[in-house]
Parts: sequence; C-alpha cells; structure tokens
Amino acid sequence: MKYNSVFDIIGPVMIGPSSSHTAGAARIGLAARNFLGKEPKWARIHLYESFAKTYKGHGTDFALAGGLLGFETDDPRMSKALDIAKERGLEIEFVEDSAKVDHPNTARLMIGNEDENIELVGISIGGGKVEITELNGFELRLSGTHPAILIMHNDRFGAIASVTKILAKYEINIGHMEVNRKDVGKEALMVIEVDQNVDDAVLKELENADHIIQISKIVS
Amino acid sequence: MFRTVAELVEIAEKENILISEVMIRQEMDVKNCTRDEVFADMEKNLEVMEQAIEDSLEGVESVTGLTGGDAVRIQTYMKEQTPLSGNLLLDAVSKAMGTNEVNAAMGTICATPTAGSAGCVPGTLFAVKNQLNPTREQMIRYLFTAGAFGFVVANNAFISGAAGGCQAEVGSAGAMASAAIVEMAGGTPQQSADAFAITLKNMLGLVCDPVAGLVEVPCVKRNAAGSSLAIVSADMALAGVTSRIPCDEVIGAMYRIGKQMPSSLRETGEGGLADTPTGRLLKEKIFGMSV
Repeated sequence: MKYNSVFDIIGPVMIGPSSSHTAGAARIGLAARNFLGKEPKWARIHLYESFAKTYKGHGTDFALAGGLLGFETDDPRMSKALDIAKERGLEIEFVEDSAKVDHPNTARLMIGNEDENIELVGISIGGGKVEITELNGFELRLSGTHPAILIMHNDRFGAIASVTKILAKYEINIGHMEVNRKDVGKEALMVIEVDQNVDDAVLKELENADHIIQISKIVS
Repeated sequence: MFRTVAELVEIAEKENILISEVMIRQEMDVKNCTRDEVFADMEKNLEVMEQAIEDSLEGVESVTGLTGGDAVRIQTYMKEQTPLSGNLLLDAVSKAMGTNEVNAAMGTICATPTAGSAGCVPGTLFAVKNQLNPTREQMIRYLFTAGAFGFVVANNAFISGAAGGCQAEVGSAGAMASAAIVEMAGGTPQQSADAFAITLKNMLGLVCDPVAGLVEVPCVKRNAAGSSLAIVSADMALAGVTSRIPCDEVIGAMYRIGKQMPSSLRETGEGGLADTPTGRLLKEKIFGMSV
C-alpha cells in the first residue's frame, strides 16, 4: 500500500501553500541531500508537468532548495530558502522540462559538489508523501522517509545473501528491499529500507561482504 | 490492516469499537509504539490546527493579496446579524477558510489530507466542538476517524489535485470531516461511512483549476464548500439517510473520474477558472508575464 500511516493523511505539519508542491518538494530535496551525504554546492533541477507549470505559485522552487539545505517541511525558514541557498554558496538552476513523465509531479535533481554528484528522480504523490523512483540511472521505489542502505555491488550469486546474513546477525529488520542491475553480471544496486538507523560498524562489515563495491546510508 | 471502508466498518462493528479506535490500533501496530505516543503525535497536529485558526481570526493576507480576511469578515457578520445558514455551519465555513488563508499566506498548517484542503477537517471540528462539548480525547479521536477514511481513499484512489482533481482533495477532506462529525455526535460506524459517501458523491467531478497555479483562488472558498457539505451530510446520515451507492464504490467512481480528467484540469493552472479572462489577467499581474 502506498500509504501505511494515519500521519500520512493527517499531516505533515508544514509551511503552506501545497502539500504536493511545497512539503513533498522539500522532502524530495531532502532525500537528494541525504543521498549525497552532505550539502551540495550546485543543483540542476528539471521539473515536469504540474511541477513545471505551477512551481512559482506553489513555492516548489524554494521548497526544493529548503530540502537541499536540510530543512524539514515545517521549518519557518522555508519561504526564504532560495536566499539562504545563495548565502550558503549553493547554486540552483531550474529547468521547465516538457518531456512526458509517468507522474504529474515529477522532479529530476542532479546535485553535487567538487568531488561527487548524484542524479535522482522523485515524485510527489499527494499529501506530502514522496517516492524516489530513480537513482543514478537505476530504477527503484523508495519512500525517502525511512533509513535505508544503498549497496552498489557486482551482479553475482551470493552477494545478496552475504548482505542479509550480516543484517540478520545485528537483528536489523528489512522493511523493503529491491535489487536492480544494469545488465547481467554488471553493476547492480541493492536498496534496503530498514526500521532503525544503522551503525557505521555494520556498514564497515557490509563493505567487506562478497562482491560489494560501495555502500552509503540514508538516515532519517 | 483495513483496505476498504467496508473492512473498516466491519472491524469496528465486530469488535464493538469506534472507527477512531480501529485506526489507533492499526497505527500502534504499524509503528510498533504505544497508545500514548500515537495520541501525543496526533495532539501535536491538533495544536497546529488550533493555532492556525486563531491566527486566521486575527486576519491574514497572502503575498499576492488574492486571499485573506474572509474568515474575519464572516465572524463579524455572525456577531452582527443572524446567518441564514445557521451559526454552526457558518462558523465551520469561517474556520475552514481561515485555515486555508493561513496556508496561502505561507503560515504553518497541518495537511489534512493535503494543504490545499487543510481547512475542512479542523474547520468543522472547531465549529462542532461548541455544540457537542467533546473532551480533548474525543477531539483527537476526530482526527483519527477522519484519517481512517482518508487512508482508504489515498490507497485506493488519490488525494492530490494533480493526480485526481479537487474532488480528490476537498472532496476527500470534506468527506473525511463528515465521517468524523458523525462519530463525535454518537453515530454508528456505518453512519460515518454513509456521511462520507454522501459528501464525496456531491464532490465528484470537481476539477483543480487554481488561478495562476496558486493555492488561493478558488481553493480557499472550496474549503467553505467542503466543510459546509460535511456538516449537512453528517446530519443526513445521523437522521438515517443512507447512501444508495456504497462508500467504496463512490471512492472507485472518484478514481475513475480523476483518471479521465485532462491534465489541464489537474492542478496545472491551465484550464477552468485559471483560464477565464480574469484568471489570466490575475496571473499576468502576479507574475508579470503574458499567458
């Protein structure tokens, strides 16, 4: 089910005016920041359909900026986020993209700093709830509101088992998991949503598991 | 976990508990937390709603100047004259519009289920409160009852204007409020479902056509429609009027209608009221560009 909590319906507490276009946009920005793991220096944001047509009126632009700056949906600084981004040295460019997409409230964010960058697609599905549907070219489905572990690995047998074995040892429950690969035997991405934040010690151990290339985590 | 209104009502009837109680127990189960924690979280939402209404009655105005001040205007009228539609109804309308005036002014609100439709549930709650004198717990339960119905809509259809039009937003919000009013007034779970169905039926087909793409015109006044319809439907259900079309089928109809709506009528600010001469003029004035 898309929504599993009453607080998805009665909530979030947020700065107006739109739950999809403001609160949801802020959460997509925040998810992108969490994937990068630090504050970005630049962002190029493509907006589609309803996002593209109404982002100025709804404050989608400042909300995305607010998320990239680490603001929660009810942060009173939200409507000033574009100015604050400028002060903090975060350059943001918005592009109204006319390409066809599956969901009317879609944003594609490319963000980064001097060393690294990521590309993420988020959709705002209503009432402030969002889903991350693409990360660095991999399709996925992630709420962005739960802690998660992202594992780049080689597409070989045993890779998944070696990871889940370690999680089981530390009694970490998996809420949602999916695996995507670019091609047979090539790079693959494992996305694991968990119920609690994961210690770095566990990540260290995961890094040494079979066929693992790189690990990052999203805290919530 | 309940998936439909039929299942929700069945659980409540079988266990002889309120709809709000079904929602509370499910939330405790999903989040693995205590009743006190779930109540405390919902009380925070209630406090935000209360504050937004208080703020609106001080008078607010949006940045564009398109909305604000109507909540106060209605309260003044109620004091000076006898409203034709009755004090309770107009009080709900004023508080629902007030909440959305605060939202349009980029104030703090609680989305129920969305920001554009945030007025219906708190507006009716704080109006009905004056007549029913609920305890604090009953006021919090009101939000769980509304949430339980919204939960079904969100999972079986949609709650955003961009996905399904205003019927999905104010339609859902008004219907959720109807169901909650019925429970607070002492009605049965089935009467809550009937009130929900009656409100949503009367909101079917409502498009999302915000002028200049802003959550102001007509959103603020649509919350007036949603909240007043919520009270009327609740009264109808409490009187024993039932919905010929079952609640879940009404939600299904709302979903199919939303799917058939063109993108211009789903929160793109391209059709409907947004595309009237005045709507276009306002957009031009606000953004300083031709359309």
